[in-house]
Amino acid sequence: MEMPKPDGAILANKAQIVTRLQSVLPNGAVISNETETKAYECDALSAYRCPPLCAVLPTNTDEVSAVLKICHDMGVPVVPRGAGTSLAGGALPTADSVILGVARMSDVLETDYDNRFVRVQSGRTNLSVTGAVEEEGFFYAPDPSSQLACAIAGNIAMNSGGAHCLKYGVTTNNLLGVVMVLMDGTVVEVGGAHLDAGGLDLLGLICGSEGQLGVVTEATLKILPKPEGARPVLIGFDSNEVAGACVSDIIKAGVLPVAIEFMDRPCIKATEAFAHAGYPDCEALLIVEVEGSDAEIDAQLEVIMAIAERHNPVEMRESKSEEESAKIWLGRKSAFGAMGQINDYMCLDGTIPVSELPYVLKRIGEMSMEYGLDVGNVFHAGDGNMHPLILYDANKPGDLEKCEAFGADVLRLCVEVGGCLTGEHGVGIEKRDLMVDQFTGADLEAQLRVKDVFDPKWLLNPAKVFPLDTSAARRASQ
Amino acid sequence: MSLLPSDEKQLSEAIAVAKGPLRIVGNGTRGVTCDGDVLSTAAMSGITLYEPGALTVVAAAGTPLADIEAALASEGQRLPFEPMDHRGLLGTTGAPTIGGIVAANISGPRRVQAGACRDSLIGVRFVDGRGDVLKSGGRVMKNVTGYDLVKLMAGAHGTLGVISEVAFKVLPDVEATAVLRLKGLPDADAVLAMSRALGSPYEVSGASHSPKGVDSPSVTMIRLEGFKASVAYRAEQLRMLLAGFGEGVIENDPAQNLTEWQRVRDVAAFEGLTGNVWRISVKPSDAPQVVAALGADAVLLDWGGGLIWALMPQGVDVRAKTGGVRGHATLVRGTDFARLQPEVGPLAAISAGLRAQFDPRGILNAGLMG
Repeated sequence: MEMPKPDGAILANKAQIVTRLQSVLPNGAVISNETETKAYECDALSAYRCPPLCAVLPTNTDEVSAVLKICHDMGVPVVPRGAGTSLAGGALPTADSVILGVARMSDVLETDYDNRFVRVQSGRTNLSVTGAVEEEGFFYAPDPSSQLACAIAGNIAMNSGGAHCLKYGVTTNNLLGVVMVLMDGTVVEVGGAHLDAGGLDLLGLICGSEGQLGVVTEATLKILPKPEGARPVLIGFDSNEVAGACVSDIIKAGVLPVAIEFMDRPCIKATEAFAHAGYPDCEALLIVEVEGSDAEIDAQLEVIMAIAERHNPVEMRESKSEEESAKIWLGRKSAFGAMGQINDYMCLDGTIPVSELPYVLKRIGEMSMEYGLDVGNVFHAGDGNMHPLILYDANKPGDLEKCEAFGADVLRLCVEVGGCLTGEHGVGIEKRDLMVDQFTGADLEAQLRVKDVFDPKWLLNPAKVFPLDTSAARRASQ
Repeated sequence: MSLLPSDEKQLSEAIAVAKGPLRIVGNGTRGVTCDGDVLSTAAMSGITLYEPGALTVVAAAGTPLADIEAALASEGQRLPFEPMDHRGLLGTTGAPTIGGIVAANISGPRRVQAGACRDSLIGVRFVDGRGDVLKSGGRVMKNVTGYDLVKLMAGAHGTLGVISEVAFKVLPDVEATAVLRLKGLPDADAVLAMSRALGSPYEVSGASHSPKGVDSPSVTMIRLEGFKASVAYRAEQLRMLLAGFGEGVIENDPAQNLTEWQRVRDVAAFEGLTGNVWRISVKPSDAPQVVAALGADAVLLDWGGGLIWALMPQGVDVRAKTGGVRGHATLVRGTDFARLQPEVGPLAAISAGLRAQFDPRGILNAGLMG
């Protein structure tokens, strides 16, 4: 992936920029020496690295505003960073950019159980939002697999999902309001504790805008009462097609599981070798989880197992206890780690209509042969959000490029069958150049115009989301 | 003059060559008025894709809601967000269209559980004020590719573009409904009871309150939906949880429950009464104080108190009376104030900037949103 050439004038002006930033921030909040800025050179898409000009770690909205005002005045690009867990390169800096990290903004500002919301600073991690309200029996629903580390700011930027969004929706469905700072330093408050904000749905627009419209400093999040309980059933099949058909039948039957996870043979094999979860030896397996009281769970699992029975499963394991549930989830939760043990991997997240699942899996298998790279599939089957993990060797010249070409072909296939490039990870730099496969020139122009309104100088995370040639004129005009 | 394009291409041409303002409607059942030639999407009709196994339906903007509901019902599914029918309240006629519902982001009592119309909307196609055909989202329920213009279009009241096609995530219909009724609660207690219910693990799908009438006690209703055994269990649990608020009665009759909640959804209690109808969105716990400040002729609370319907005499500015409370008010019936609450400060500038980008000539439902 190409990144724009850094602006020499900004590089030459580093000392002055750093001094001005230091003047509005507490001691130690500006990181500018070259050993320390290395910590901000990449996110979880670690194949791409570039240390920023400097990094700043403000502690509140006013400080963020002051930083942005300075960068706006001096024409310095700003790359917002949550916890740096983006798989799409959303927080990748350029050498002439300031990283604005929200890591020191992690306070809970307000909890309100009667109105079912929590207000937090945006650097708070996803799981610790739930941590702040679980004693009262509540939780925050979106659960990206990086939830232990990832920040709400990044969740909002990428509109993150998770395994349980079939029932609870993704970030945008659980976000009630934000405080956001525009590139010129203006602080705006969008939405709040009331359900419907007036005017245009700017909140919906901001969520998923990949840090290109403003820097979110505070978020009002919907919290939900925890279900009485949850238990999964594991079902093994002797083909991907049959497993796919079973997913569709479960959904049609009127049961709404909280999660339907799918793993194919390569992934099951890798997981078994790594985590020893005791999964059956089969082509595909589903983990279907339902919630409610014990009796309600039993009743729903019974319906699901009756449907699965019609598809001749090779094995079914109904969890009867927390211990059994943990065992069923163990393999799924260690899938990424297991694949990482075998080799470096690239994780895609194209989404497809559920009905296209068997066809797309078959094509991915064929492409895997053509490219000579192994692929494991583990994904959220209920909503068609796929996660093919393509294995490659970073030390082997040409392997990364081959892997990226393979990945691009898979994503084009997703679009071709009626799906999209990314279901929950975001475009970042990773899928930037494929945007033209999903959108027309006019579609992209409409999105660029939206950024023009919020950030006319194109200083916020400018080299992301759009193909570089598409955004070139606007970036140059800064 | 009235324009009635029958496909997206005609719609695009009609907008591109328009010489003056256009008033965008489906079949005009929601009483929105502004100046200009009428441009109706009613002739762009039909379900273009329905995959029950993927919980997805796609339809042209002018498709009557009734057609979509019938198609979904035949597969045991439904739209999650329970859109209001405005015809009774406004005295309008014609078939409400799915495009109109999206344009105004119309959501009913199930909003508290299933989200608003915009939360089920997964894709839109529309024509902007230049006549360009644009799309955002698609037909899959998880999609973060590019900016989410889907949400922006929902509730934009046609001011950013005329919607030509919409795609939704749908949900299975339910086997049973139970409603727990509590009588005689003052507003503050009712909101508290509804909060307890919504904060319980029993998956409440509706929470409404009709304050005391002239000769009737107040009624608070809490709705549960799902499998029969499950609903029965949860209703009983809920009755016990709320025992401190009085003796709850559980209603299981499907026909009666359906009628009661349609009446809440459509604010049927205000039909035939004169005066302005206001729809006020607040934090639920602020509702009792707002209701007290309004001194309305009639009130209905939905969304656990988060939505206040108020029947007010003409000439009374609800926004002035609720000024100290965060939220916003829409004048749904009446003409003596702006229909939509004007935005202020930097947000107003951003919205104006967006309108200028999508509709540079300012011809789409001009002035409706500011």
